[in-house]
Amino acid sequence: MRLLRLVPDDTKFGFMQYRRVSFPLSAILSILTVVLFFTVGMNFGIDFRGGTLIELQAKSGEADLAAIRAKAGSLGFGDVEVQTFGGPDQVLMRFGLQGDSEQAQQSLVSAARGAFETDYDFRRIEVVGPRVSGELVQSGTLGVVVAVIGVLIYLWFRFEWQFAVGAVIATLHDLVLTIGFFALTQIEFNMTSIAAILTIVGYSLNDTVVVYDRIREMMRKYKRLSIADMIDVAINSTLSRTVMTSVTTFLALLALAIYGGTVIESFSYAMIFGVVIGTYSSIFIAAPVLIYLGAQMGSESEAGEKAQAAAQRSAP
Amino acid sequence: MLRFSTTKVVLMLAVTVFVCLLAVPNLMAPDTRNALREAIPGWVPSWLVPTQAVVLGLDLQGGSHVLLEVDSNDLVRSQVATLRDDVRRILRETRVAPQGGIVAMPRGVQLRFASEADRDKVLPRLRELSQPIGNAILGQTGERNIDITTNGDTVQLTLSQAGIDERVRRAVDQAIEVLRRRVDALGTTEPNIQRQGADRILVQVPGLQDPQRLKEILGRTAKLQFRFVADAGANPSDVEMMPSRDSGGQMMPVERRVIVEGEDLTDAQPAFDQRTGEPIVNFRFNVRGAQRFGQATSENVGRPLAIVLDNEVISAPRILQPITGGSGQISGNFTVEQANNLAILLRAGALPAKLTIVEERTVGPGLGQDSIEAGKMAAIVGTVLVAVFLIASYGIFGLIADLAVLINVIMIIGLLSALGATLTLPGIAGIVLTVGMAVDSNVLIYERIREEKRAGRSVISALDAGFSRALSTIIDSNITTLIAGVVLFLLGSGPVRGFAVTLSIGIVTTVFTAFTLTRLMTALWFRTVRPTTIPL
Repeated sequence: MRLLRLVPDDTKFGFMQYRRVSFPLSAILSILTVVLFFTVGMNFGIDFRGGTLIELQAKSGEADLAAIRAKAGSLGFGDVEVQTFGGPDQVLMRFGLQGDSEQAQQSLVSAARGAFETDYDFRRIEVVGPRVSGELVQSGTLGVVVAVIGVLIYLWFRFEWQFAVGAVIATLHDLVLTIGFFALTQIEFNMTSIAAILTIVGYSLNDTVVVYDRIREMMRKYKRLSIADMIDVAINSTLSRTVMTSVTTFLALLALAIYGGTVIESFSYAMIFGVVIGTYSSIFIAAPVLIYLGAQMGSESEAGEKAQAAAQRSAP
Repeated sequence: MLRFSTTKVVLMLAVTVFVCLLAVPNLMAPDTRNALREAIPGWVPSWLVPTQAVVLGLDLQGGSHVLLEVDSNDLVRSQVATLRDDVRRILRETRVAPQGGIVAMPRGVQLRFASEADRDKVLPRLRELSQPIGNAILGQTGERNIDITTNGDTVQLTLSQAGIDERVRRAVDQAIEVLRRRVDALGTTEPNIQRQGADRILVQVPGLQDPQRLKEILGRTAKLQFRFVADAGANPSDVEMMPSRDSGGQMMPVERRVIVEGEDLTDAQPAFDQRTGEPIVNFRFNVRGAQRFGQATSENVGRPLAIVLDNEVISAPRILQPITGGSGQISGNFTVEQANNLAILLRAGALPAKLTIVEERTVGPGLGQDSIEAGKMAAIVGTVLVAVFLIASYGIFGLIADLAVLINVIMIIGLLSALGATLTLPGIAGIVLTVGMAVDSNVLIYERIREEKRAGRSVISALDAGFSRALSTIIDSNITTLIAGVVLFLLGSGPVRGFAVTLSIGIVTTVFTAFTLTRLMTALWFRTVRPTTIPL
């Protein structure tokens, strides 16, 4: 049987020469993200903005959007967004925060129930008050920061500091661009998006670490090669794995995006973007950054390296 | 890497089989699971026979998640009121009148005495009000609930922050008890009520048909009081104006004096009035309540008695004759459901403070079922896609990887069941994602074997080197993801937490299967086939 081979053996791409393209490109994209973030902004969901979300399903036939919009608007709870969600019989309504009063949020739900209960089933109701949404923003941000710091510390232990810094730069790059993705597509940004971002961080680091592992191995083997050439060899020899894993993860995510239902659709799209950007950043950001950070077989760490190499030889 | 001692093989297989068996209860009907649980003889340790199935999150089985917050301002207000009453009593008993009376402050009161002699006369009594915080079991904290500061002839009594915190903590404890009784009365299965943070209570009720009713029952303070409607000539300082439900929110003068309170009720049941057929609530007092109620009604025949619920007059019936039997009825134009709810609230008791709903997430049973179907579909399609792709790429090794991934998923489900973790929709996404990422360890191993083969190694040495060299990479790359997963678990809530749980468990099982099962199966293949080249 002939096996499928996405990447031929012994590729010799000169990845490092593209750093003159990839660095400015990433820099521009990051700046665009910042601009986008402050001009267009993110489509924050009620988790972070506070407010009320109601998902309705018509008891028979299709949902009448215009009628729902008119009725919801006349309830007197400010602007309301109405859109179909999933099938033509399903509708999503979003109300903004009702001032600072938690009580008003609840009266909104009762009013909506009264208005739509006869013709529609209430599939989902989410009410997030002003205080909780503020806290969710905090814990979400804290989560991302703590995760990045935790990984930084771990990598610092396992590699030299240049690698840790390089990995964090690549991670921040992915983080920023993913936020740019959310701002550009206006996909709702909610608690699940934070989960997506942290998984992207995990995936991207996973990829970066595999490449770094190989670079470190190469550094021990080929002491006379220039660092750029060495990194090229390392990336080429892990390229097949990088592509394979990206493809399997992509396939799994594709299934999620298509069949997983509307609730996690946005999560799946963000993750797919993350897989692409994470793969790109391990090769074109994380690796070349090492050149600038001056990663080399430093004499100070030689003793430790030797011990590690010896440990690896004696490993079963 | 391909030689195993028999002990190791047995141990690996034993762990794998045991963890996979943990997933079996998910295939049984709930009744079968219960029957199995009953059937286990006493001498068999319960963890040995798996009987637990995965708990589905509220987003999958439908239900309500309500986060309530104790209104600490409300608590502070009532404590300041108590403090003021205590101070007034002491001043009366010591016969000292401060200049300007008792001056209210945001968190206490201030007194200004005409002389230091006056002050010293009252001060020791005031100091008695300040109690140390703590209890008999945990010992004293050294802090007091009321801070007393003197400045010349001025004395300030302020509620201390530690005292307020302690009061909030106790209020949350009491409220949890009350809420539990109320939710139980709704007859729902397995509600979850727990403290969250300093001043919040999380109530999760799965599979509820009427979430609106749940909220009505949770949100009411349900403080019931019997007080007389004030006569025209009553002293204004003894009278409070309250909205009346009977007359559409009109204000009604009610005496401040409380005859009997809800805590003296022993029972409350919904019923119908025998004459009018209107829904009512029948109640019974305990001995103390019956005595007071009997006495008050005997002395005030002909006067209207206001039944006050949460500072609103429900009704104010005229007392026709002394009620000494210790029981009575509350009417107030109720619907059947309102009467039912009121009876539940009165039986469960009043909340120690006002609770506010700060977050609500309700999922109907329809959406939950749809999500389960969607999750299943995505998992199956994703797994099949990945499996086919692996076989196409790695042939027999791809098959080994597929088996490893399949066992991996079964182990994740097994561990989720045994740990009692909750499976949410994002959790299913986590499993599907793990399928994609779990493959990574196999890919790392195979690609390494390929490389070693190209470098001119023999079959056995290429396999060996492939496994051993991929090891450190697999560990490093998975630990980084695990760190992200654990952080997500610690800081996330609800569905996101479910995602973190499956992702983290998935990473652990992935590393396990890569280093035991994949290796074992490869070794088995090698021994039976005795290949001269590696088909990679």
